[in-house]
Parts: sequence; C-alpha cells; structure tokens
Amino acid sequence: MASLDSKIPKGPLSDKWTNHKSHINLVSPANKRLIDIIVVGTGLAGASASATLAELGYNVKAFCFQDSPRRAHSIAAQGGINAAKNYQGDGDSTYRLFYDTVKGGDYRSRESNVHRLAEVSTNIIDQCVAQGVPFARDYGGLLDNRSFGGVLVSRTFYAKGQTGQQLLLGAYSAMNRQIGRGKIKMYNRHEMMDLVLVDGKARGIIARNLVTGQVERHGAHAVVVASGGYGNVFFLSTNAMGSNVSAGWKIHQKGAHFANPCFTQIHPTCIPVSGDHQSKLTLMSESLRNDGRIWVPKKIEDVKAIRDGKLSPTQLKEEDRDYYLERRYPAFGNLVPRDVASRAAKERCDAGFGVNATGEAVYLDFAAAITRYGKEQAHVKGLDENDAVLVKKLGQDVVRSKYGNLFQMYEKIVDQNPYETPMMIYPAVHYTMGGVWVDYNLMTSIPGCYAIGEANFSDHGANRLGASALMQGLADGYFVLPYTIGDYLSDDIRTGSIATDSPEFDVAEKAVLDKISLFLNNKGEYSVDYYHKKLGKIMWDKCGMSRNAEGLKEAMADIKALREDFYKNVNVPGTDTEFNEQLAKAGRVADFLELGELFAKDALERSESCGGHFREESQTPEGEAMRDDENFTFVSAWEYKGEPADAVLHKEELNYEEIEVKTRSYK
Amino acid sequence: MMNLTLKIWRQANTTSKGEMVTYPIENVSPDMSFLEMMDVLNEQLINKGIDPVAFDHDCREGICGMCSMYINGEAHGPDRLVTTCQLHMRKFKDGETITIEPFRANAFPVVKDLAVDRSAFDRIQHAGGFVSVNTSGNTQDANNIPIDKHDADKAFDAATCIGCGACVASCKNASAMLFVSAKVSQYALLPQGKIEATDRVLNMVKQMDDEGFGNCTNTGACEVECPKGISLENIARMNREYLFATAKG
Repeated sequence: MASLDSKIPKGPLSDKWTNHKSHINLVSPANKRLIDIIVVGTGLAGASASATLAELGYNVKAFCFQDSPRRAHSIAAQGGINAAKNYQGDGDSTYRLFYDTVKGGDYRSRESNVHRLAEVSTNIIDQCVAQGVPFARDYGGLLDNRSFGGVLVSRTFYAKGQTGQQLLLGAYSAMNRQIGRGKIKMYNRHEMMDLVLVDGKARGIIARNLVTGQVERHGAHAVVVASGGYGNVFFLSTNAMGSNVSAGWKIHQKGAHFANPCFTQIHPTCIPVSGDHQSKLTLMSESLRNDGRIWVPKKIEDVKAIRDGKLSPTQLKEEDRDYYLERRYPAFGNLVPRDVASRAAKERCDAGFGVNATGEAVYLDFAAAITRYGKEQAHVKGLDENDAVLVKKLGQDVVRSKYGNLFQMYEKIVDQNPYETPMMIYPAVHYTMGGVWVDYNLMTSIPGCYAIGEANFSDHGANRLGASALMQGLADGYFVLPYTIGDYLSDDIRTGSIATDSPEFDVAEKAVLDKISLFLNNKGEYSVDYYHKKLGKIMWDKCGMSRNAEGLKEAMADIKALREDFYKNVNVPGTDTEFNEQLAKAGRVADFLELGELFAKDALERSESCGGHFREESQTPEGEAMRDDENFTFVSAWEYKGEPADAVLHKEELNYEEIEVKTRSYK
Repeated sequence: MMNLTLKIWRQANTTSKGEMVTYPIENVSPDMSFLEMMDVLNEQLINKGIDPVAFDHDCREGICGMCSMYINGEAHGPDRLVTTCQLHMRKFKDGETITIEPFRANAFPVVKDLAVDRSAFDRIQHAGGFVSVNTSGNTQDANNIPIDKHDADKAFDAATCIGCGACVASCKNASAMLFVSAKVSQYALLPQGKIEATDRVLNMVKQMDDEGFGNCTNTGACEVECPKGISLENIARMNREYLFATAKG
C-alpha cells in the first residue's frame, strides 16, 4: 500500500518553499533531453506545465480530448486571478492571501501548499504580462484590480469577463512556441484510457485517438495528470460537456489515493435551469457581486405576483426587498464566500421566496450600481448629476465596459435585458476542491505520477475562494511542478527511453480494448445520457448543497444499482474505428458512476459541516455550518479496493502552525 | 413548442462522400439552445438505431470556440455575435426547415458529419503566435510596463478571438485573414510583442498561405459573422505590419 507522507519540508512556513527549491536534486540540461514527460490535459495547469517543462529541455507529450489545446475549459473562467501584489495599497500581502485562502477553505487545506501558492502568485502576473496577456488597465496604463468574495482587499487581476480565456491563450502561446520547436508533441482529440505502471512507477499511458479509434501506447518517465475537476458527476454543472474525471479515476484505480471527493463548490450565481432539455449551466461571474445586490421580495404575496407576471421586480419598493446577504452578513455583504452565498439562496428559495416559475431563482440587481457609476461619470464630465436619464445611460456604459460580455451572454440565454431588469440566478455545481491526493511535490501516491490544477486536492480545502482556481492552475504548472519533478527525475537520467512493448503495456492495452468491446457489444436499451442524467439527479438531490446521513446512504445504494444497470443495459451505437462520441462518453460516465458512490461515502464519513460540505446534522441554531475540528481536521484520502464502497480511508492530519483555527465568520 | 424539419450534412469520415439527410423533429422548446435541440435529435436517433449526428461542442457558453455549424447559410446561424451553442431556438419559427452544414473550407477537412479539422489554425499559431519569453517567473514587475489604456483595450478586443473558424467558413475565398490578423494585432499593439513583430507577421502569413486558405478581397463577411465581433481594422493593421516587414526585409 502506498504511504501517505505529505513530505512537507521542515523549517518556518515562509521559508519552506525557498529552502526546498534550493536543496532538491536537479537534472542537467544535457540529461533533460533524455527524459520524456506525458501531460494529460491542456488547461491552465497542463498548458503551463507543458510549456515550462519543454522550455527546461524535457521532451513533452501533451494530450487533450478537444480539437485544440486552446479549448480546455479554463478558457471559460470569467472573473479574474488573485495575486498579492498590493498594487492598490490596501494592506494586501503574501500572508494575507495565504490567510484568506486557508480561512476561505474552512481550515481543511494544507497550510504549506497554500503559503507557497500565495508566494508565487505575484510571479504569475509578471509572467503573464510579459507574455502579452491583455489585463485590464487604468488610464495611467497600470494594471487594474477588483474585489472577490471572502476577502477585504482588491487583489484580483482581470481581463473583462474573459480572464480565463486570456490566461489560457497566454499559456497556449507558450505551448505553441515549444510545439514549433518540436519540444512538445501535441496529441489533439486523444483521450487517456489508462495509466501504465512498470515496477510500481508511472511509465506511460494508453491513449485513444478519438477520430480514428486507434488505441495507442505512449511511454514516459513521468506522467502528469492535469485533467481538471469532476463537477460533471452532477450531469448539470458549469463544466464543459466533455469535462470528466477519467484520467484522475484511472490513476486512482492504479493506486493513487483520491482525496476529499465530497468537497464540491456550488457557485451562487448561475443562470437558473430552464427545462428538462437543459444540457449544462452557465455561470455569471462572481465579479458581478462587486456591483450587483442580491435580493428576494420580503412578502410572499409579492413573490406570487412576480411569478404570475403581474408584478415586475423593478416596481417593487426598496422597503419590500430583502437583501438577505447584506442582512445576514453585514461585514461582507454580497461578497461572502461562495458556499455561504449559495446556502443563503437555497434557504430563501426553500422558504418559498424563489422568483421564477420553478421557485429556484433570486435576483442579482445592478440598478444601484448603475446609478452610482452614472453619478460619478456625470460629476467627472461636469454634467447634471440629477438628470436620471443621463445618469442611467452613463452608468450603463460603465457597467457595460466592466461586464459587457456577461450581460450579453445572459440576454442571449434568458431573453431579458439585465441592464433594465435584475438578473435571475441560482446556485450550480462549479468546481471540485477534492481530487487526487498529492504530496508537497504534487506527486500522487504513485511514484512518477503527478496531479496538478483542479485535478488535485491540496490548496482550497473545503471551499475555494473566487479567482483562486486560475492562480492555482498556473502556480502548479509554471512555478511548482517544473521544480519538484526534477527531484524525482534526477534518478532517471540513466533509464533510457521507456519501451512500450513490455507485458505491462500489453495488459493495460488489453483491458482498454476489452472495455471498448464490452460497450459496443452490449446492445442495451438506454443511451449513455440516460444514465448520466439519472446519476446527476441522485447527486443533486442527495449530495448537493445540503446533505444528511440517511440521504447519503441512499445515494450510495442508488448509484451502485444504477452502475450495475448501466453495464447491463447501456446502448452504445457505432464502431470503434470511427469518430464515436457516444463511445467516448460511455467510458467517462462509467467512471462517474464509481466516483459518485465514493463521493457519497466520503460525505457520509465526514459528519461535520465545513465549507461547501453542509451536513444538516451539524449546524448552529442560526443555520450556519458547524465544523468539528476535534474529529475532522484531516484530509480524507481514499485507497481504491475495487467497489467504491470498499475504499479504505487514510487520514492526513492537518496541522496549522501559523494560523489560529477559528470559526469562520463573515458577519 | 415547435415542429421543425432538419436537413443535415452526413459524412462518415474525411474521405467518404457526404449527403444531406432530412430529419423531422417535434416539440422543440424555444428556450432550448441549438445544440440542446441537436441533443434531443441524437437521443431520438440512438433510440431508433440510427447513428447520431457528430458535431463539435464543449463549453456551451460561447468561449471555447469548438462548436462550428453552418446554419441556413450562415456560420453559427442567424443571430449576431453568438456561437452556435448560444443560439436559441426562439430565433426560429414553428414549421421551419433548417439546413445544417459543417464549416466548409479546403483547409478544414470534414472529420465526420458536422465536425471539421481546424488544426491549420493551430499550426499558424505555432509559426509565431507568441512572445518568446520563458516562463521562469523572473521577468520584471508587471507594472514596469505601463501600456496606454486605448492600446491595451484594442489588444484585448483582438485577443478575444475564440478560433472557431466562422470567418473562414463565411468567406467566399475561405480566407483566414481575420483570424491571423487578430493575433498579429494583439501583439503589435503591445510593447511586449513589438520586438518580434517582423518575424511574427511574416511567419504566420507564410503558414496561413501554406495551409491553403484563400486570399482576402475585403468583402467583410468575416466581420459580420464573427461571434466575437473581431474588427476588420485588424486586417488593415496586419497588412501594414506585413508591408513594413517586407520593406524592412
């Protein structure tokens, strides 16, 4: 059994990373040319890692299932990226970013990893600017910042509502430079099917060309999994349609522990579900909470009138509106962390105050911001601040320049103009804090197999703060993994290239081919989506924003039964020698059907509430989440034993040296 | 609810011959996105034992650039400033016949049905779509390079290209000038990109020509159909950059 040694360096917290970098082994430039590394996934973590490893001299093979690395789902991140630059002079520092992130994660993340993340955050901004990433700037030509949930400073750098796009295109451009030099070999439209271990070390993968169906063997000295999160286990989420857990799950099956699967982020501001045909959900960036105020009507009769179309929200008087976040959390108001905001929306909607036909929506209102900005602009331009029409127009222009693309997206989807009427929003699955367990070096419990970005678990604890996912992806890929992987590879300089004609590759490839033929010959009754939707419903109903022991036990049984039915009755059309999306999807859903059960088991085991994990049995009289530090200050790392129900729990105790563990309060 | 007739291009693979096939579809909600309507069709086809229609898609929020349908003679369909995934069925009428084809261009061979191979775009980027700076993190402080807000905003506007290929599909010459000029412009407008500007424009244009894209004759269809509103100004800027680079030799 693999051990659970987190390998945190000794010494004071703020010196750990610097000291560690100075003392780990290096690989000489001449020897790097002899070493091959596979990177699976080309989002911010995978693209930045691929580019940097290639620049260092390693031979990189990068894989993505999309038709181009530029399409990985990091591209859809909207709001921004945090960095402790303190350009605003508002008291920010490395320590404060570290502190906010640990607190925001509800004291369930690894202190040393988070501190390192905060340390390298400033390098990311320097690096991206040098690459030509067009961040927002002020009129003096310097970089602009905004504020995100759970913090009291403005440390978020952004590029309108397309920050993820611009950062990913930056990392993609760095990859392109190395692809052009031949240092990265890119495999588009390829899926990782399995990990191959030789003598207990990760030595390659089995991949499948999604266009031709060809199953391929790829050897390497190390394998890096950067395949993102598993939010699509819920079927409906803000993830891309193709986002999946399969790479992470395959390495879990081969011995990598899977950590905290139940830590899932339900994002408070997404466009509500419109009907049964819904295929995915769309996020409205958290940055909107800088300027938008969230409310529902105070009186139930107003709710009814609005639902019946007899009353428009703009007609409702101020005193009849319940700005429930400002009411409950006066210190942070609309900028409370995501888990808190989501539960508060659910609480109001469960109480009957939801403002759309399904009863699952609240308002996000920009009227106050439009007036505020409009008056400011009128003042700056020496115009009449009391001219309501003018003020509204000027204010709308400011809002358009800040969030234009988000407003346009909302209007296209909902068919309402958010400049004139408040947006309707509701929480949706967005991000998974849990993931493959890694040590301080980002190595999984399999030697030579690494996990970076959203695919690992380490930095966000039980809840991720806004604008921290981009930070972590790029930190891991640009500035952490390229150092730590050298320490491991320094033992491999005499190994020579990894042969793929070994029995280990034979066995792995045969298992992949058998699984494919099983799906295609099943000729069952129901489509892959039929099962995926059923799984999603179980997850949302029983493992969603609010969980209890009884529901979680039911979820485990339901998912197991669904999985068994899937293997008996799934219908996968077509052949294995063509572009066959259904076949690819069948493999992904098969893995979700295992992960879902482990997710429920993990949620059942953790009978405390923390961050995004809310157990109804563990709450304060006011309905706030109640942690149980005495019994649960640990990472749950699950070891694969076949059936998810049989997974074995290993606990990594979390020790906080620099931070006093307190009840998280945003009041 | 609407009932529609879909005429869809079916082609088994790159080398096989394709044809238009007609499928009726019922009970389409106006709130569905176009791709959700395609999901419903495919579910029906699977249940009838017919091979589902292959199409590219991923984020379904209009930013990844993967979806690529040519609907009723327009890239990404009749609505403006949207990708196919953000096009909603409320833009169509009950009883309407909708023609759906792949993005057509010699440089974009069909993979299957409505999915095409746009890797030519990637290869153009390999030729010069970057600033040659290593990712060491040891660059200068980000605020040591102040950039005029107007230039920064214009660079941003050019950088919002999603690489979907609608410009190529809309152009009667299948020209990739709008796509290439967006990247050239982004870097040309920023001090970080100026240093390599000459090589960049020459290399990227050469690769564009080698890939078999057509010439630009300034009809402007690309700008009209671009889901991100990338401006024709970028083509003018690239032409200036190219002229300057060739003159400089």
